[in-house]
Amino acid sequence: MSETIIYTMIALSAIGILAAVILYFVAQKFKVYEDPRIDEVETALPGANCGGCGFAGCRAFAEACVKENNLADLFCPVGGNDCMTDVASVLGLEAVKQDPRVAVVRCNGSCEHRPKTNQYDGALSCAAAAALYSGDTGCQYGCLGHGDCAVSCDFDALHMNHETGLPEVVDDKCVACGACVEACPKTLFELRKRGPKDRKIFVSCRNEDKGGVAKKSCEVACIGCSKCFKVCPFDAIIMNNNLAFIDSDKCKLCRKCVIECPTNAIIEVGFPPRKIKTDLPPKPAVKKEAPATPEVKASEETKTDNSDQK
Amino acid sequence: MLKTFKLGGVHPAENKLSASKAIEKLALPKSVFIPVAQHIGAPAQALVKKGDQVKVGQLLAKSGGFVSANIHSSVSGTVKKVDLAMDSSGYPKQGILIDVAGDEWEEGIDTSSTLIEKFEADSKKIIDKINAAGIVGLGGATFPTHVKLMPPQGMKAEMLLINGVECEPYLTSDHRVMLEKAPELLVGIRILMCALEVKKAYIGIENNKQDAIAHLKELTKADQSIQIVPLKVKYPQGGEKQLIKAVTGREVPSGALPIAVGAVVNNVGTALAVYEAVQKNKPLIERVVTITGKSVANPSNFLVRVGTPVQQLIDAAGGLPDDAGKIISGGPMMGKAIANTDIPVTKGTSGILIMQDKEAKREKVKTCIRCTRCVTVCPMGLEPYYLMTVSEKQIWENAEDHHIMDCIECGSCSYTCPADRPLLDYIRLGKGKVGNIIRSRKQ
Repeated sequence: MSETIIYTMIALSAIGILAAVILYFVAQKFKVYEDPRIDEVETALPGANCGGCGFAGCRAFAEACVKENNLADLFCPVGGNDCMTDVASVLGLEAVKQDPRVAVVRCNGSCEHRPKTNQYDGALSCAAAAALYSGDTGCQYGCLGHGDCAVSCDFDALHMNHETGLPEVVDDKCVACGACVEACPKTLFELRKRGPKDRKIFVSCRNEDKGGVAKKSCEVACIGCSKCFKVCPFDAIIMNNNLAFIDSDKCKLCRKCVIECPTNAIIEVGFPPRKIKTDLPPKPAVKKEAPATPEVKASEETKTDNSDQK
Repeated sequence: MLKTFKLGGVHPAENKLSASKAIEKLALPKSVFIPVAQHIGAPAQALVKKGDQVKVGQLLAKSGGFVSANIHSSVSGTVKKVDLAMDSSGYPKQGILIDVAGDEWEEGIDTSSTLIEKFEADSKKIIDKINAAGIVGLGGATFPTHVKLMPPQGMKAEMLLINGVECEPYLTSDHRVMLEKAPELLVGIRILMCALEVKKAYIGIENNKQDAIAHLKELTKADQSIQIVPLKVKYPQGGEKQLIKAVTGREVPSGALPIAVGAVVNNVGTALAVYEAVQKNKPLIERVVTITGKSVANPSNFLVRVGTPVQQLIDAAGGLPDDAGKIISGGPMMGKAIANTDIPVTKGTSGILIMQDKEAKREKVKTCIRCTRCVTVCPMGLEPYYLMTVSEKQIWENAEDHHIMDCIECGSCSYTCPADRPLLDYIRLGKGKVGNIIRSRKQ
């Protein structure tokens, strides 16, 4: 009886030792060397796996950081500069600082400003609607309002406002991962530099139609009049295809363009109330003057000439 | 037992309100807008400029490649501008706006109604003429016809199928063409047979058009080469692949063209256009359009010049009814709702359907109850519920693996879904995305 147990134990032990030896050599033979720094870098990263860096996830980004040996083109928008400093210290490299960014919605065509011309009752997805037709208002560039962007946001920083029908960005939560930029079929989102105290000025419109057409479909459309372009002291405004664009890297947030805009297409966020100056009419007064159509048309023509020269 | 395709299919209410209305000529519009892209493939290149005088049948825009088609003027008058204007998608598209003056035709076009039966049996010459006349498939897909008539190397057409199915509810334009233009149609079919060098042609007609079947059978009694095939009424029998299956029993493989099984399919409207192009020198400048709807005062079939605003058709049919909910270009199953009535009739407009508010309204979307009705009715043997889910979740590789590109967008799945899910909406989106991915992979 005891013999059986002993033989069994010896036989099993022998098999076990043999297997262990084989496994040891196989493991040596097929060993995959992985840089231990990858793990270290990954620990330093936020672990959101959002893809904002352009890689498939944090691990892929960490691998790229170790492999590249140069952090010039690599940046984690979620972790920001602090995180990149940590990564740099692990790798013994120099971190390249980038300005923190935030997403802005470049459409202000709420139900009140942009009347509906037809009704859409298909699948509630911006992508499906955009593939089908131009949208339920006269503006083919504007927000479709079905909230693909809000669905795409992993950080709870985007919500649809059901009164205006437009998405709203929660600045504190936005990490500028760029998911909304990808999701929006009308390319309404832009990642802009965060100003001091989260202040920002931007053209909240993407309408490239000529002034008259744009104004007809939406009250707050950019009509491409170039007034902001002329008034900007920092050359931060670019006019292209009947549309103004403010370069957030050049803009010094002086707010001159905001006053100048006849359609209130330029939006200022986070500023204290404006002091009313004597030589400039306050903003609401400008709005009332705006519907003088001949002026608008004239400025539109001058604008078109400008853009042609460019 | 009547022939039909085996897999899937639905039978929506036929509502062929305008079936007994003879084709009427619609009055000339005051101005027309002729888009340069009315077909599948490259847009045509505009040849005219502002201020040019044009005649009916004059070439306005030249075909922009092999898969493309010429565009001719449908009216005589002055070119007002060559510019962007709204099309049915709501996006501005390039086109030619012409102010109509008189009705002066280009020389060499035979406008008489005499039937010319004799034609020169030279395949190349016929195809060149069809190409020059800018003929595209008039069933709705607007695929350039000359491309269909030139099978790729190593493939040979065995038979010509003429699609007189008109399985879309409401539409009756093909039905009327078969009744009123049968002799011309048959000459057109013989020309197409000659171009393809085939000995046999079949005309597939659904059994709800008994008069057309009887009429064409009578006319082809002496001719063994053209056979009329009555088919059981089932949607989407007018789909190319379904028609081939129904008539010949052959199945077009996934991703292949009908020529792979030796068949070339053309619509009856196209065959008539071919007759007019080859025998009368008349380019494709007008087509039969059904204007219909339950509340429409006078549902009719009009012979309409390309570029005529849809509004004029609606006016001619008794104006827009008060309870209009949706205006659809095409039939109720595959047609597309249009957002304004200023858009022009194009080569692909087979009908304008004005639906009542209550019938057009889509129900609230409920959750999928796994009844698999969509799978049962899918004529391509796909799984619409699954394709919708992966498209919604943007898992494109799964969509491709499950043959999303084989979807013919017939809408049977959405029609039959008891939970009113927007199946086709998402599948169409997925199909577009997957198509782009496949194209970018090939480059």
